[in-house]
Amino acid sequence: MASLAARRAKDSTVKAISIGFAVFAIFILGWILWTLLSRGLPALGPHVFTNITMPPGQNGGLLNAIVGSLIQVGIAMLIGTPIGIMAGTFLAENGKTTKIGAAARFVNDILLSAPSILVGLFIYGLLVVPLGGFSGWAGAIALAILVIPVVVRTTEDMLNLVPVGLREAAFALGAPQWKVVMFVTWRAARAGIVTGILLAIARAAGETAPLLFTSLGNNAWSVDLTKPMASLPIAIYQYAGSPFDDWVALAWAGALLITVGVLLLNVLSRLFLAKTH
Amino acid sequence: MTSAVDPTFNLASAVGAKPDAPPAPSKIKVENLQFYYGQNHALKNINFEIPEKRVTAMIGPSGCGKSTLLRVFNRMYDLYPGQRAEGHVMLDGVNVVGKELDPTIVRTRIGMVFQKPTPFPMTIYDNIAFGVRLHERLNKAQMDERVEWCLRKAAIWDETKDRLNTSALGMSGGQQQRLCIARTIAVRPEVILLDEPTSALDPISTSKIEDLIDELKRDFTIVIVTHNMQQAARCADITAFFYLGELIEVAPSDVIFTNPKEIKTRDYITGRFG
Repeated sequence: MASLAARRAKDSTVKAISIGFAVFAIFILGWILWTLLSRGLPALGPHVFTNITMPPGQNGGLLNAIVGSLIQVGIAMLIGTPIGIMAGTFLAENGKTTKIGAAARFVNDILLSAPSILVGLFIYGLLVVPLGGFSGWAGAIALAILVIPVVVRTTEDMLNLVPVGLREAAFALGAPQWKVVMFVTWRAARAGIVTGILLAIARAAGETAPLLFTSLGNNAWSVDLTKPMASLPIAIYQYAGSPFDDWVALAWAGALLITVGVLLLNVLSRLFLAKTH
Repeated sequence: MTSAVDPTFNLASAVGAKPDAPPAPSKIKVENLQFYYGQNHALKNINFEIPEKRVTAMIGPSGCGKSTLLRVFNRMYDLYPGQRAEGHVMLDGVNVVGKELDPTIVRTRIGMVFQKPTPFPMTIYDNIAFGVRLHERLNKAQMDERVEWCLRKAAIWDETKDRLNTSALGMSGGQQQRLCIARTIAVRPEVILLDEPTSALDPISTSKIEDLIDELKRDFTIVIVTHNMQQAARCADITAFFYLGELIEVAPSDVIFTNPKEIKTRDYITGRFG
């Protein structure tokens, strides 16, 4: 048996190491945020929101990229959210013991951790090549495929937290299953489901890889979904590595915009969860 | 084991023998009922009758099948694959465990209140309106009237009338349970099943619910599963004792608790096992 002093020494050593690593992790995160703010904030001006991307030295902005991202992420959510919620609901309410439920859950787990570039290549082969060109639709669908597994998983998890007794009580009043789901279980789990959707938006908004092979990016103004479409991540990817100072500054501004957007969604989802729990 | 239920025992007249009660016809007749959880034979050849507008208690040690039987009455087992019933449970001559009968119809006629209060995550008013809207189209005035009617019946109107539009989740456990009873009454069932309705409640809430059960039997047939033998003795006109999936004895409560025929019943009510 170690002496009391030796035990205390061991305890304080382990504690110091843990604190050290925690501080280190926060330091790195703080460094990233600091760099982002110090480079992004000065670059952020009205021109970023009013001008589209232009050749170097012409006071270009990111308007087309911002709008392109909003359109593609918006369509991705419109496609992905209903599919994700329905599939997640099936898994939680009916798919527990069925073979198709087990298979769907397994595939969803794989999709959840699949590299996003793979999804981009898949849509490239499925839509871009057969249709003969990059398009906003292809980008939106690639993002939708990334959104679906996130929504499926959170929906299933949140519905599984709803007590069985609540469902049985609704059934005991003579309610058919669709009404039990719509009016009781979804309602009981709605904060969690909405959180999942917000996190899925955050994920889709920051993805570059799936857009590289699908919507490609576009330096001109375009809201035509059948044509290549600009997006923030692609613009950042394009500009950050360029030799032009004003392009690099715009890349920092774009990165700041995405980070602030994702941060806002995260805060919003936490507030939403906190409100109901 | 031979069934101890005396075939010549007339439940209706036995109940009717109480001076304040006329003979009660039977509301539910259980005939040769078998129930299985997968391979597990949980209820073995159950036969008995539940009299109309009386309180029937089902007692017995954990795992004896009393809750299982309650969940057969409203087809709750239908929600779970692998659970099945054979035989007959006749509700006014209709077999409620018959496959061809829609379970939602059975559940409209046979309501259920659970062990833990299960308020829906909505307002007190909507908790009641939810069930009513499933079966009837009422205008606002009629719905208001129905909500007040069932809250009064459940003896909770005075506590809720000023907060009908607040969340039901903010009520105390005892209030929530009475709301669940009100919600069940609101769809106007004929039979109310109570699955250990007071086991999660404090003594004061428990006695309110017991008083309520006494009131409700004027209008409804009540079946209650309870672990509390005093509760069965206080509330029930008829008590059925179950053991290991079999019905051991069924008789008027005063007979069961003072002079049971079966040794097993006697051992159980005197606390020798269970």
